[in-house]
Amino acid sequence: MVPASYYLLLSAVLFGLGVVAFVFKRNVITMFMAIELMLNAVNLAFVTFSRQLGTLDGQVFVLFVIVVAAAEAAVGLAIVMLIARNRQSLNVERVDLLKL
Amino acid sequence: MSDILTEHSLLIVSIIKVVVFVFILLTSVAYLTWLERKVVGHIQSRIGPDRVGPHGLLQPLADGLKFLFKEDPTPDGVSRFVYFLAPFLALTLAIAAVAVIPFGPHEFELLGQKTGLQIADLNIGLLFLFAITSLGVYGLALAGWSSNSKYPLLGGLRSSAQMVSYELALTLSVVGVVLMTGTFNLREIIASQHGYLWGWVPRWTLFAPPFPQVIGFLCYFTAAIAETNRVPFDLPEAETELVAGFHTEYSAFKFAMFFMAEYVNMITVSCLATLLFFGGWHSPFPASAHQVTQYLPTALFAAGGALLLWDGIGYRTLFGKVVLPVLGLAALGFAALCAVPGVIGVVQGPFWFLAKVLTFLFIYIWMRGTLPRFRYDQLMAFGWKFLLPVALANVVLTSFMILVMQK
Amino acid sequence: MSAALFFFFVLAAVAVLGAVSLILQRHPIHSALSLILVMVALAGCYLLQGAEFIAAVQIIVYGGAIMVLFVFVIMLLNAGEEERTNFSRMARYAGLPVAIFLLIELAYWATRSAPAAQVAEMPVGPAQTRGISLMLFREFVLPFELTSVLILVAILGAVVLAKRES
Repeated sequence: MVPASYYLLLSAVLFGLGVVAFVFKRNVITMFMAIELMLNAVNLAFVTFSRQLGTLDGQVFVLFVIVVAAAEAAVGLAIVMLIARNRQSLNVERVDLLKL
Repeated sequence: MSDILTEHSLLIVSIIKVVVFVFILLTSVAYLTWLERKVVGHIQSRIGPDRVGPHGLLQPLADGLKFLFKEDPTPDGVSRFVYFLAPFLALTLAIAAVAVIPFGPHEFELLGQKTGLQIADLNIGLLFLFAITSLGVYGLALAGWSSNSKYPLLGGLRSSAQMVSYELALTLSVVGVVLMTGTFNLREIIASQHGYLWGWVPRWTLFAPPFPQVIGFLCYFTAAIAETNRVPFDLPEAETELVAGFHTEYSAFKFAMFFMAEYVNMITVSCLATLLFFGGWHSPFPASAHQVTQYLPTALFAAGGALLLWDGIGYRTLFGKVVLPVLGLAALGFAALCAVPGVIGVVQGPFWFLAKVLTFLFIYIWMRGTLPRFRYDQLMAFGWKFLLPVALANVVLTSFMILVMQK
Repeated sequence: MSAALFFFFVLAAVAVLGAVSLILQRHPIHSALSLILVMVALAGCYLLQGAEFIAAVQIIVYGGAIMVLFVFVIMLLNAGEEERTNFSRMARYAGLPVAIFLLIELAYWATRSAPAAQVAEMPVGPAQTRGISLMLFREFVLPFELTSVLILVAILGAVVLAKRES
């Protein structure tokens, strides 16, 4: 039996690594992927607690998180494509003024 | 040694099953290419491979050796890791899909483990297959992108977009079956198609009471042909269009891996069509005729053996004159073995399953020989504007009929 | 060491390796591949905990649809390797220690607050999918309908945003 704290530790580590990736990477798409990594880490915590408490609520919530992440990825990547088209660069440091 | 066997018997039995299944699968893929070339040849009024071995039976061996010994250049400027990863990914995922398909109803004991003719009996077997199909898009997309060339990139993008679009219709068309049988477990889906309606119509999902899944089957098969990138949906890899699509820059063994992955996908899709809509291993003949019809495998193998013998004796090369009669005698021997009452019960299930799968593979090859291909915009319009709404309508109608029947 | 513990360590190692690789790789496509590896490892963790439906949904939706979208966009935009930037040296000297501190703090609170290792009964097998769907259509029916509207809005938004001015 794997203790629940091991899964929670893994979830915390993945979340921390996601934060590090979000802060340190300069490419917009990679920063987006760091957000997805954070969401995944949270999903793991939800499933662990769902198993701990013996109900299925945690798993239903994971479904909702996945759906919202999908919708967010779709719109976010459309925005990324517009940014790339308008500024010819995917570097966030070049997207710091509203003026083109 | 023996306590390693008893302690890890589950692992060892699984390894044995995996080795046997993969061996049979790869041999079937090789002879499926032979069958395709012969059938397409005969449709086009020519003979097909005939020189390498009697009736071209050693052609797959010759092709395999060619692929192994051909020069394998790596084009300039490719992204090396992804270029090497893509064919491995495609082939691995294709073969992994076969792990959940049950080939027969019988369970037997091996090293103390009860096991059926299936590598893994998952409760979510159907969802596992869809997961593998979804991941299969990566093989094409990454191959097209990593080749650092225009035609593969376009071909790869088109292939991936096509696969993703038809994946929706594929998944929805199967939901009707899941609603009617109430489970994702493939063995239970087959088991629920047991029995006969009005005495002579088999109770397959195709004919079953709440709502016969004819529309579901047609949607499924069409979407499956698009998923496996076969004619008439093979524009992204057609020779006249984009050189060879996503696998232009691949040669020798890596190309062989894509080639094999395509045929393994065909086999997987045919197996799935059989067990979801056509009753899997259940015989199509009514129960009252079972005493006679259960000897159909015997009759077929005996007829095939006699045909091979007669053909082999008059064959033009010496090698054929020896090999074909030997094969004929082996078939007759197998038919004699099947005539024994105990054996025929075991052979029935896999025989009907494989017969139905072969029928679907023949239909695939038949379509390749006869139909022209769709243009890409026609293909995408068909997938989104026709197939997806029809699959959705099938789900709605099925659920409505189930509710009505429950009242 | 039991089989479950062994598999957990393998999956956890793969997941952490994938996450570290996401940070260290220079080309976005390699980061995307690392993220797919993390997702597959997490699906394995869900399976290990008995959440089989969620594991399948994770691979089908996250690994087979969302990440395909990411890979498509990277290919279409022809994203190249990351350029080395000269600003944000402050971030490197002050940011990394802060991030590591945050990580240690999270890990400490996560492991400390987990209740004692007793696992309550959770339905497995076919009852689990049935249980999830019953819950989805009874207690959570309003969020369910709202997410369908959300997806519709996302589709419309993506189509409108990505259209070229013509």
